[in-house]
Amino acid sequence: MIQLFAATTGEVPGISEVVLWAIILCPLAAFAAITLYVRHLPKIAGYLSIVAIGVSFVLSLIALVDVLGAGGGIAIYSHDWFQAGPLELALGVRIDGLTAVMLVVVSSVSLLVQVYSQGYMEGDPGYGRYYAYMSLFITAMLGLVLADNLFMLFIFWELVGLSSYLLIGFWFHKPSAASAAKKAFIVTRIGDLGLLAAILLIWTRHDTLAIHEIHDLALTGALAGTTLTLFGLGLFAGAVGKSAQFPLHVWLPDAMEGPTPVSALIHAATMVAAGVYLMARFFPVIEASPDALNVVGWIGAATVAVGASLALVQTDLKRVLAYSTISQLGYMMLALGVFGYAVAVFHLFTHAFFKALLFLGSGSVNHATNTFDMRLMGGLRTVMPITFWTFLIGTLSLSGIFPLAGFWSKDEILLEAWVNNKGLYAVAAIASFVTALYMFRATFLTFFGTYKGGEPVDHEDEDEDSHFHGDPAHPHESSWVMTVPLLILTAGAIAAGWWAWGKEFHHFVEAAVPGGLHKAPDFSYWIAITSSLIAVAGIGTAWAIYHRGLVSSAEIRKVAFPLVALLENKFFLDDLYERAFAVQAFQRGWNRLVEIFDTTAVDGAVNGVGWVGTQSSRVLRHAQTGQVQLYGVGIAAGVFIVAIIVFIANPL
Amino acid sequence: MLLTLLVFLPAFAGLLILLLPADRAGYSRWLALLGSLVALAISIGMFFDFQTGGGFQFVDRASWIDVGSFEIQYFLAVDGLSMPLVVLTTFLTAAAVLVSFSIEYRPRAYFACLMVLSTAVLGVFTAMDFLLFFLFWELELFPMYLLISVWGSGRREYSAMKFVLYTVAGSAFMLVAILALAFSAGTFDMEVLGTSTITTAVLPLGWVFLFLFIGFAVKLPIVPLHTWLPDAHSDAPTAVSVMLAGVLLKMGGYAIIRTCVTILPDQANDYGIWLAAIGSISVLYGAFVTFRQTDVKRLIAYSSVSHMGLVLLGIGALGTTAMVGAAYQMLAHGLITGMLFVVVGLMYERTHTREIGRLGGLARQMPLIATGLVFAGFASVGLPSLAGFIAEITVFLGAFQKHEWAVIMAIFGVVLSAGYILWTLQRVVFGPVRHEWDEADDQKHWWEHASVIGLAALVILLGVYPSLIMDMLDPAIGVVSARVAG
Repeated sequence: MIQLFAATTGEVPGISEVVLWAIILCPLAAFAAITLYVRHLPKIAGYLSIVAIGVSFVLSLIALVDVLGAGGGIAIYSHDWFQAGPLELALGVRIDGLTAVMLVVVSSVSLLVQVYSQGYMEGDPGYGRYYAYMSLFITAMLGLVLADNLFMLFIFWELVGLSSYLLIGFWFHKPSAASAAKKAFIVTRIGDLGLLAAILLIWTRHDTLAIHEIHDLALTGALAGTTLTLFGLGLFAGAVGKSAQFPLHVWLPDAMEGPTPVSALIHAATMVAAGVYLMARFFPVIEASPDALNVVGWIGAATVAVGASLALVQTDLKRVLAYSTISQLGYMMLALGVFGYAVAVFHLFTHAFFKALLFLGSGSVNHATNTFDMRLMGGLRTVMPITFWTFLIGTLSLSGIFPLAGFWSKDEILLEAWVNNKGLYAVAAIASFVTALYMFRATFLTFFGTYKGGEPVDHEDEDEDSHFHGDPAHPHESSWVMTVPLLILTAGAIAAGWWAWGKEFHHFVEAAVPGGLHKAPDFSYWIAITSSLIAVAGIGTAWAIYHRGLVSSAEIRKVAFPLVALLENKFFLDDLYERAFAVQAFQRGWNRLVEIFDTTAVDGAVNGVGWVGTQSSRVLRHAQTGQVQLYGVGIAAGVFIVAIIVFIANPL
Repeated sequence: MLLTLLVFLPAFAGLLILLLPADRAGYSRWLALLGSLVALAISIGMFFDFQTGGGFQFVDRASWIDVGSFEIQYFLAVDGLSMPLVVLTTFLTAAAVLVSFSIEYRPRAYFACLMVLSTAVLGVFTAMDFLLFFLFWELELFPMYLLISVWGSGRREYSAMKFVLYTVAGSAFMLVAILALAFSAGTFDMEVLGTSTITTAVLPLGWVFLFLFIGFAVKLPIVPLHTWLPDAHSDAPTAVSVMLAGVLLKMGGYAIIRTCVTILPDQANDYGIWLAAIGSISVLYGAFVTFRQTDVKRLIAYSSVSHMGLVLLGIGALGTTAMVGAAYQMLAHGLITGMLFVVVGLMYERTHTREIGRLGGLARQMPLIATGLVFAGFASVGLPSLAGFIAEITVFLGAFQKHEWAVIMAIFGVVLSAGYILWTLQRVVFGPVRHEWDEADDQKHWWEHASVIGLAALVILLGVYPSLIMDMLDPAIGVVSARVAG
């Protein structure tokens, strides 16, 4: 075992290595136990998983307190895993400010979602399987943030992808779910090609995969030039897939086919943030390459714009939230593109709480109405007060209203953008108007006005997995296992931003990444007031259109017809990828061509040889006359030829 | 004597099976199981007794045919490269016997053939005399021909004949090369050949290398010598597909490392780039054609072409890391594809179809089989924590420095394999339930579970504890790559 300590500003955290491994192993043990033993005892599977993640949560808190106490120091524990020739790979854990924050985000949201799921998934025949997959996901996600080298990070990165696949396709008998699961895995894997290439590149050129060594390489300038840029862009390609950045964002809205708690945990709070975490983790690399930094910033901006504009036209509440997530992830990337390493992580941190809250709120609504279609909702404010108020606070937080969590993180992104890149600032500012608009559109449609009756339960439906028990005609508030997590997350959505006070959060996570970090600009009242006004304007517009009906949304549709068509078809990207490229060009075009070549040219040649053989033997059989003399001549000739060959090979 | 015992034990069991009286034919499967389990136990014992880095071990050597200047030996031995392959063979033989437990038609002949096949493959992996090696190589043809043409389905005679003709055509080239080497070095001893420097032969050495390579490349198989494989797989019974994909293809990769690269290192240096290029082309070409398959077994067969391309890519890089990766890929592919064929075989027994279009929604009616298919599918995609990932990444990391472009081409195989495997899973096990399969019984026999669980356990073991095998492969391959490096 190699034990490594490194510290930049703080002391080495004294936390025991065993604790760090235990954080990963607890949910893994739950996964194994559920899969092997208690798959058919759903309640016990649920409790087991909750207890395991509860332990991980407590240990994560201990780790956080420990790193805080050490002033943001770093500890690394690494062990040899296997070697082949000069290749040596290690398994190790690393704890520092960034990892500690991620651990707490992942384990706390996981714990709440697991508790909530007891209500949401109640009566589902796959209840045990659900908790097994969720435990697997949590293991992978915790491993991802603890990994001390790129190889191990990649392993957990892919396992996260697997559990996402299994959970999106949880109701696998639905063709849409099976298809969405496949799409998510393949699209993210296209990004993973870049990550894999980055691993090959860095190991081949610099013989290391350890995170702290790569940091050093970037800081000392040993890793520079084209290699640096390619490495940075390779990492970013992986992040684009996993964090649903444009143009690979298309999988995330479809991923809403999974159960809603899955969307809250995986496709909002944690897994999709893994790409942002990856970029933050390797920030010295990105920072050293102006090209890579620009690409990150502008891809982030494009994602912000695409996500926000598409969120405007959705009729499905979960899809509004999905596009909103895409847009917010874009904000995090944009922040990284303007040197805002700590800010990006901070937005990741606050976003996890309010977005998980909003998703779980939408799940609560779904439990009452049996639908996510906002056109069938309305007026739920009075019948579901807890869901309504928590959802409203989440919406305000997401819109960036003072003094909620979202205000602090979004404001800092705008500030960094203003200081470092005015173009990116413009995109971010306009999008924050749209953000407030689409979120309040959704809130008004869902909770205000009159109730439209929900989706009637179809008793003819053979779908055995349907676990809807209520009566959509008479919606009611959800049970306490669902509302208590909502209330706790609301506390986070309100207060998580206060950690930024006095730049404490910044100092803490900045210590995790060494080097000449860009100095963060000071708080600006001007930026704060402008961004608040923009958000309020968005809320006001939504109020005017969707609550008071001062302007008819039908009128807007008529006037902006081509734009609406473009948005409702998701910029035609899905059609381009799936119909034009995957089906027509790839499967029916190229693959068919190769297959025809294979059967006619390659295999045809073989059968052709066989045909020639048959034909020639038809001629040669005439030699088989049955005359012994003729055979004798043949044998003699054969012996003679062999003798000559042997003579040539072995001269006397 | 232990190695001789191991190699001939399956054949001996096969002989006993043939001697069973007709009214006791039902015992043949138990005898076969017993024989294969004892062989497995012996090989595992040897595996743990093996001295890592200790060169050739468990040597059984005797003079066999002595004709003056040429001595043909009976020479069996294992080193770090062949030891894991021997265990793979005994393990998959046991699995193949288990999945054949429901064979009703002429069970004595069937199991006898299967056992002889096992002996032939074990012989190939352990023979260290080139002629003995060749004999075992050819011996494998007889049981394979019978197994496909008698117990197969579809165009079984055509497929069996195609398999034999392809191999024999390759063997002709191989024999010429073996004789040329023996004439110039004066010995058939592969250990001696592998340490001496051969500078001239009756044929140009480049040709010798090429002839050997053709003989082995047919088995691997490479594009464009691969079209026998999908035919053989689709018409062979399940157990034979398991043996074919699991160990017979590995004879090709093993032999290229053992003979082409080890005996003719200079030529390997010259042609390494071509091997890597052919490997990469096989990866992509195989994947493209896989997308078009509608028969599950043909689909897995073409995916094998793609995955075995990685073996050749790793060998072509000639470095220790890449060749260890190639050897690891052989083991991983053997287990994973073996498992895929087992699971698909179980599915076929229940539905009597392999047409993807007719399947669907099986996760409901056969949850365990569906889980097995999903597991093996993800293993095939190269999911980390399973064996295939370790192999793939080691090949890529090892080969990248030497053949950058070949590797960059091949890593697209990572996305392509995810595409065809997940698409297959979607169409076969997910989606709406089809009521025609309602009667299908998931949990029928213990032996089916045993083979699936055993294979899955090994796939996980090799995925999380690579040192178990890597430490054995590394010194043995290190000798070879040191020879290549001069």
